[in-house]
Parts: sequence; structure tokens; C-alpha cells
Amino acid sequence: MNIIVCIKQVPETTKVKINPETNTLIREGVKSIINPFDMYAIEEAIRLKERFGGKVTVISMGPPQAESALREAISMGADEAVLICDRAFAGSDTWATSFTLASAIKKIGDYNLIICGKQASDGDTAQVGPGISVHLDIPQVTYVKKIEEITDKKARVERMTEEGYEVIEAPLPLLISVVKEINEPRIPSLRGMMKAKKAEIKSLGAKDIAVDSEQVGLKGSPTQVVKIFTPVPRKGGQILQGDTADVVNKLADLLKPEIGA
Amino acid sequence: MDYFLNEEQMMIKELCHRIAEEKVRPVTAELDEKDEFSWDVIKAIAQADLFAIFIPQEYGGTLSLAPNQKIGGVLDVCIATEEISRACGGIAVSYAASVLGSFPILIQGTEEQKKKYLPDLASGKKLAAFGLTEPEAGSDVSAIKTSATRDGDYYILNGTKHFITNGGEAEIYTIIAMTDKNKGPRGVSAFIVEKGTPGFAFGKKENKMGIRASATRELIFTDCKIPKENLLGKEGMGFIVTMRTFDMSRPGVAAQALGLAQGALDITLQYAKQRHQFGRSISSFQGIQWMLADMATQIEAARALIYATARMIDSGITNVAKESAMTKLFASDTAMRVTTDCVQIFGGYGYMKDYPAEKYMRDAKITQIYEGTNQIQRNIIALQMIKEMANK
Amino acid sequence: MTIKIITEKCTGCSLCIKTCPFGAISIIDKKAVIDSNNCNLCGACVDACKLKAIILDKPKARTAKINLEDYKGVWVFAEQKKSKVQPVVFELLAKARELAKKLNTEVGAVLLGNDLGDGIQDLISYGADKVYVVQDQKLANFQDQPYTKVLVELVNKYKPQIVLAGATSIGRSLVSRVAVKINTGLTADCTGLDIDEEKKILLQTRPAFGGNIMATIITPNHRPQMATVRHKVFTATPYDKQRKGQIISEKFNDEILSTQVKLLDIVEELESTVNLSEADIIVSGGRGMKGPENFPLLEELAKVLNAAVGASRPAVDANWIPYSHQVGQTGRTVCPKVYIACGISGQIQHLVGMQSSDVIVAINKDPSAPIFKIATYGIVGDLFEIVPALTKKFKNK
Repeated sequence: MNIIVCIKQVPETTKVKINPETNTLIREGVKSIINPFDMYAIEEAIRLKERFGGKVTVISMGPPQAESALREAISMGADEAVLICDRAFAGSDTWATSFTLASAIKKIGDYNLIICGKQASDGDTAQVGPGISVHLDIPQVTYVKKIEEITDKKARVERMTEEGYEVIEAPLPLLISVVKEINEPRIPSLRGMMKAKKAEIKSLGAKDIAVDSEQVGLKGSPTQVVKIFTPVPRKGGQILQGDTADVVNKLADLLKPEIGA
Repeated sequence: MDYFLNEEQMMIKELCHRIAEEKVRPVTAELDEKDEFSWDVIKAIAQADLFAIFIPQEYGGTLSLAPNQKIGGVLDVCIATEEISRACGGIAVSYAASVLGSFPILIQGTEEQKKKYLPDLASGKKLAAFGLTEPEAGSDVSAIKTSATRDGDYYILNGTKHFITNGGEAEIYTIIAMTDKNKGPRGVSAFIVEKGTPGFAFGKKENKMGIRASATRELIFTDCKIPKENLLGKEGMGFIVTMRTFDMSRPGVAAQALGLAQGALDITLQYAKQRHQFGRSISSFQGIQWMLADMATQIEAARALIYATARMIDSGITNVAKESAMTKLFASDTAMRVTTDCVQIFGGYGYMKDYPAEKYMRDAKITQIYEGTNQIQRNIIALQMIKEMANK
Repeated sequence: MTIKIITEKCTGCSLCIKTCPFGAISIIDKKAVIDSNNCNLCGACVDACKLKAIILDKPKARTAKINLEDYKGVWVFAEQKKSKVQPVVFELLAKARELAKKLNTEVGAVLLGNDLGDGIQDLISYGADKVYVVQDQKLANFQDQPYTKVLVELVNKYKPQIVLAGATSIGRSLVSRVAVKINTGLTADCTGLDIDEEKKILLQTRPAFGGNIMATIITPNHRPQMATVRHKVFTATPYDKQRKGQIISEKFNDEILSTQVKLLDIVEELESTVNLSEADIIVSGGRGMKGPENFPLLEELAKVLNAAVGASRPAVDANWIPYSHQVGQTGRTVCPKVYIACGISGQIQHLVGMQSSDVIVAINKDPSAPIFKIATYGIVGDLFEIVPALTKKFKNK
């Protein structure tokens, strides 16, 4: 089974702090990691390879430093990695990003399955996966929490919903986006880390994937950012004092307007 | 401090730190409370190739050794053990004890024995254990009574070993037994015994003060028949194998102690910063600061000693008895001191099982006792010093 | 094309560095230098520089070959489950009315399904001027392909200038496909929508970096301008039975309604407990709950308050409660009126999932737990005493 996994390198957003004086983002010392949801995508791909044989190719659209994310994926067990990198791609919104990735996938070749993480922890849009499936004209299933059965012709998966889940059968080639519940990503092995260190990461630029410059990067993005600002941080309120009976009474009173009791 | 670790050693450190934080730390309190051994955690350590780092490539490991060298990767093992021990001393010793149990095969094994036993140990599929101690033979190893009587193509083992780390969980045991009572220390030999061999049973699991995530059991041999091919080296080489094994493995125990000390210091520093008394953080009191400084300095000194000794061993030097003993002695004493101070700085909270401090102290104590008590270590050091002086 | 620092004006004050969300600026030889590998051309630094020493030359973006004037109307995709229109739709209709007023246009709702009954009229009563209905057995339940094709056909036919949808698992899957298919811009999870009075375009404000920064986004040259909005961000206007509107039925052929993907089963897990995304009140448990056997304590409080039960990741990872209850970075984002966090320390991964709740109540025995920094009301104490006492108190009211 040939599987392509799309990953993104993101800043470790949980560690990003706001400078309390200037109310701006402090980015020093925040390291870059593989987008948390993509870890589940990589793990699922490797598990499928271990079961069925085949190849796992990890791709990422990003600046040169995104290479370290690709190497980490190799250390977990991915076979090949491709970095899609070109100044022309800078400033891409999700339309341009999914277009670029889809074009790169067309160049890379045959695949049975494309796996993406549900969303990236910096953008949080969850749009790129579906966008890729439209550009490639293949079906998609989002929010997959379990692959019940899969062959190279079709897959039966569980798709998470707000109330529970749906059971869905789809033909391959297929794109799925996965949620945390699907697996537990492995810690890389030492051998994997050594392999990752030596691995050759292929890099594809705009010319290599033959894309029209009108459709990538800032130029190719229908949406534009006009302003960025930091929201007023949420401040703490009050700590209720007293013994159990006291605090319970106080809280009940304070919540009266909200609860309408 | 920068110890100029090579690339692979840096990777091992990073990998073990991750395993410690993601796999070990979440379960350590529960394993301690329930006195449980966790194969899940061992599997995670194995999957990361950490059992392969001290076994040569030709036997399924990742180590490359110089032609006449038998042991290597000791520094790598120490780095791994220390990182894991920072999160749990019990799990760290389960790892280190398997390394210990594997060393006799590496030091004295034939090509066939190595090919037969090492690959499964390298993959972590099987664990090893070292069986020397007996109820009547602790520090006085010459008092061992377990006998191995030659009978045609077999040896028949009879006797009891106790306080064996990984006892019951390990599949491969290197056992020291008496083959000739009349030859004294020269009448002792080393054997490989597999779990499941008829006549090889396990006694009770010990209920320990600390390192409760590691399994400690009695090994009971009742007319246990093992093939003569399982003899390690020649008859009479038992104590030589044992001494050589301990020389190589003591830095590992020291690393376990070091990890405990470091882990304790880490949480103590955090706590001291957060805890406020008399209107300020207790970390602002000079008394506490001096304690922290002493703890950190001793830890660093222990680390430097361990790494230096490990490097000596990895470079092929075999005459390391004195250095190894010093390493184990100093690191374990440091661990006991540091973890006790840790509890002290935590104050009342240090005494409560809800907080992680007291476990470090309970775990640390054993490091002053096993693999040769610190009293025996002092004997070794002094005797070595006197020998060296006499030879000048 | 690009961004440039006018070095003569730059004094190396570093204000731009602090504003850059991508860490793309550094000071070299006392002047600011932009690393083009990291720069995303967002322009935050341009605004921050007091000396106007940074210029951003945005190239003329690709324009769609369409006449923007042809597009009129603010649409809301009316998501339905089991023929019941979802509450988020009514909230969006209220917002759509506001936007439509500023644009001097009408509000349309698009409803796909089968046996839709009162749902159609409800849409009008909550603010739609027109309801485009497509009823077919094949559309009874949401499926990516037929829904995408139908919505694309409708948009191409009627040309709305704005399309809004709920940021639900259906909404997000569907409109991200539609936006790419139609070749237009989509902004996800908006917390603010407004009209730029001058340019008459939609201003879409949304959080990024886990909520650490906010971005305002526009889709200047493509239509329709699409946006998804989370539940409970906007408020629905009261139901107005008297309101009148037009119902337009559309039919599509089998090819449009076809799907390669089969929906085999729908399994509901939440049973008696209220859906997390819908709930006005959420009672949530974390590591401090100590075990699955204690979650019934929260369930009881939740029952009395008509609340949903949530959980932090450690509780889910320990298998104390299913993943569908998880709130946080790798779980769900919620914004109820009241969020009661019991035994939750307040790690940032959890906070990003609930910090926009109106009122946050924290119950934790550790006074230094980070959650107290953002809780409206905090109680330092034993949740095993306080939660039952609260349950009793609210039961008696």
C-alpha cells in the first residue's frame, strides 16, 4: 500500500506566551514541532505499512527548516520524505496550500491513500486536507477515528461526529484526515533516528511541480490577512473563601444569572 | 556541564528523556503503589532500540567494537539509565539489570552462546538477570552453596538464589554456582539457565522499600538439568566472570543512582521556587540555597566520575576495578544524601505519598547496598590502592 | 513583490520583532532584518513599526474571472441532522441579517435533506428571506460528495456574495471542499464578522496560534466570501412566527446526488448526556478526579444543571471517559456560558479549548494550579466535597 502523509511544521503553540507588558507574542525559544494531529497521521500510515507492506512518503510544504519535521517522521518509520519549498509559496492561504500540495502529489506519483491530520495547531482551519481531495478529485473522509478494514480497493472507517460516530465505506484512492483517538504515536527508535539523520530529503520547487505562479503563494490566495492583533488576555477573577458550605452558597449565588435558577 | 557526547549518545539521551517523560513518569506512582512490573514500559524501551546499544551488531545490536574488545557501549547505557531513572528508579534498574545479566555472555560466551542468546536480548524480546546472591552469601560471595554437578552431557543445579532483580520476568539467567567445593573460589563456575527449564522455579516476590516497579524474586533450583553447552567459559572461572561483570556494570548502577539524585534535585528546585513561607520563596533563603548548591555539585561530580569510568571501559581498558568501585560508591552515597535533602526541603509534603519526593529517597537506599555494598566497594578501592603502591 | 525594511529609518528598536507571529525578524548590526524563509507577509510588523520603516508590497492577487457585482445575497448553509435544523444555523441567520442590512441585500438559507417539515419555515422565522430547499432521499444524511455538488450548483446558479456555515464537523468538511471547488476564499472558525463600509466586503476575524493571536481576513477578489462560525459565538434573534419569506425548491439529477462513499451506520455515544457543543453549561473533570468511578459525581451535577460533561486530556488518555468528551487542543473547542473545571490544573492545551467560555469556575485543591489565573470564580478545595455539595444546593433551588 502506498501512502502519502501530509505534515506541517508548526511552532509549539502551547508554549507560545504573551508578553504581559506589550501584549504581543513571545516567539523566542519556542521550538518547532510536527503539528500534533499529523503525528497520528504518520503513525497510522506506518501501522498500515507494517500490516500490508508498501511505502510511506511524508511530504510537507514549508521553509527549509521544515526538513527537521520530515526527518522526525522518518525516524518514526516513514520511508521517504519530500519538502515542497519555494519562495513562491510564501504567504499561501489554504486554497493555495492545498493546490500546491495536490500538485506535488501528482508529481510524486501513485498512491492508495493520503492521510492528513485533522488540523494544524497554528492555523486551526482544517481546510487543507479537504482542499487536496478536491484538487485531486478523490473522495475524502474527515475526522477518522478508526480504520475498521482496508484493502487496496476500499476502506471502512469510523468518522467522529459531535454525537458519536458514523461508519463509512469509501473506495480507494482516498484522502482521510485523522483525529487523536485513532492511535498512539510511537516514540522513534534509535535506529530510526540514525536513519533520519542520514536520509536524503528530496526538495521540490515551483518549477519541479510545474505550477502556475498565479495559483500559489500570496498571489494564489483568495483570502488575505489585513490585520493581526493580540486579544485582550483573559484575567482571573476571584477566589472564593470559606468552608465548603460557604463557597458553595457563594458560587450558587454568583452563577444565578447564568444558570437562571 | 558539557561532556562532549557524540551524536549517537545525544540521540540516546534525547530518546530516553522522551520515554521517561511520556511513558515512565505517568505510571511510576501507580507501579510503586501496586508493586507492579510493567512490560508495557519495557516494550517501549525495547522498541526504541535501547537494549541494542551495548550488544555488537553481529548479534543484533547497534554496537561496533574493536576486534579484541568484549564490552562497549557502557557510557551509552549509563546515559540511558540515568535519564530513565530520573523518572523512575525501579524501571531504570529493570533495564540496567538486564544489561548486567547480559554481560557474562558478552565477556565469556562462545560464538554459539552469543548467537543463541544475544539477539533476543538486543531486541528486548527477552530480559536477562544475574543470579549470584544467596541467603547465606551476600557480601561473602565465596559462601555460595548452589551447586552444579556434572552428569554426562549435563550439569545438575541445586540451591537457592535470592534478591534477584528481574527474577521471574527475565528469560535468560546467568547463574554462579559451585562446581568443585574443594577448590574454594576456584571451584565456582558461571552458567546460562533459561526460564522454563524443569527444576528451575521462582520463589516469592519480595515486598521492597523502594524500586518497587522492579521485580525481585528467589530462584529455586531443584535438580535442574542444563546442557553442558550452557557453561560460560571454563569450570572455575565463575568468580573471574563475576568480578569482570561487576567492574563493567557498576557504572550502570551508579547511573541509576545519579538519575535518582538528578530527578530529586529537579523537583526540589521547582518546589523551592514555588513554596512561600515568611512572605517569600524558600529558594531565597541562604540555608536552602546552600543545600541546593551542595546537591548540584555532588551530582555533577558523580556524573563526571561515572562518565570518565564508562569511557575508560568503552575504550577497551579492563583494569577498572578501583574506578568502577569509586563510581558506584560515590554516586550511591550522593543519591542517598541528595534524596534525603530533597525530602527535607519539601518539608511536610516531602513525607506524604501524594508528592513524588519520598519515592526518590526510598528508591535511592538500595543503590548503596546492591552490586556490592558500599563497604565492599571501599574494600575493593583500598586493596587496589595498596596493590598499586606495592607494585611501584 | 515583498517586504522591505528601510534601513535608514530603522533604529533597531525591536518592536517589529515582538509583533511577528512567525519569528521572522532579528536584529543584525543594530538594524532589523527579515528572514524571508519564515516571513508569511502578514504585515503585522508594518503596523507595529512606529517609524514606518517597513513596507509591504502586496502583489495584485490573482483575480477570479468574475464580475464581483453579479454576486448578491448573504447565505447561510442550514445544517440539519435527522431533519432537525441545528441551533448554530439560527445564530448565523441573525448575523446574516445584520450583514445583509449593511450590504442592502437579502438573506438566503440553503437546506438539504429529506422530510424536512417545519425546518423550512423555521429558517424564515429566524431570519431568512429566501430558503433554497433540496429534498431527496439521497440527501437525508450528510455526505461529502452529493452535498458538495449540490451546494456548488446552487452557488453557481444564484451567486450569493457571502456564504456562512456552522463550524461543525459537517460544516467544516463541506465548505472547505466547496470553497476549493468554486475557487474562492474560506475563513474557518470566525469569532467576528463585519462589513467594511467602504469596500462593502466581509471582514472575517478569527483566532490563530491556539487563540494567542487574532487575525482579520478578507476575500477581496473572489466570490462568494465564505466563512464558518462556531456554535454560540453569535446569538439567534427570537423566533418570529409572523415573518414571511420565499421558499425555492430545487431538484438535481442522480449524477449530482451520487456518492462514491457509503454511509453504513450512525452510532450515537452520548445517550442521555447533552451534546458538548450545544451545552450552555459544561461540567468538566481532569486528573484530579482520580478515577472513572468518580465521574458519576460530575454527571450528577451536570444533570441538575442540565449541563454536558467534559474532560481534559489526561482523563481521556487514562480511559476514564470517552474521547468525545475531551475539551482542548486535540479535543473539542467549546464556549458555553458556564464552564466548571473540576480537578483540572489548567494546562494551556486544555485552556485553548475552553477559555472563551463566559464564566469559568475552577475547583482544584492546588492553589497554584494555572487554571486559577483565568477562572472567573475559583475554589481551592477538595472537589469530592464541593461537587456533591453544589449538586445538593442546585437540586434544592
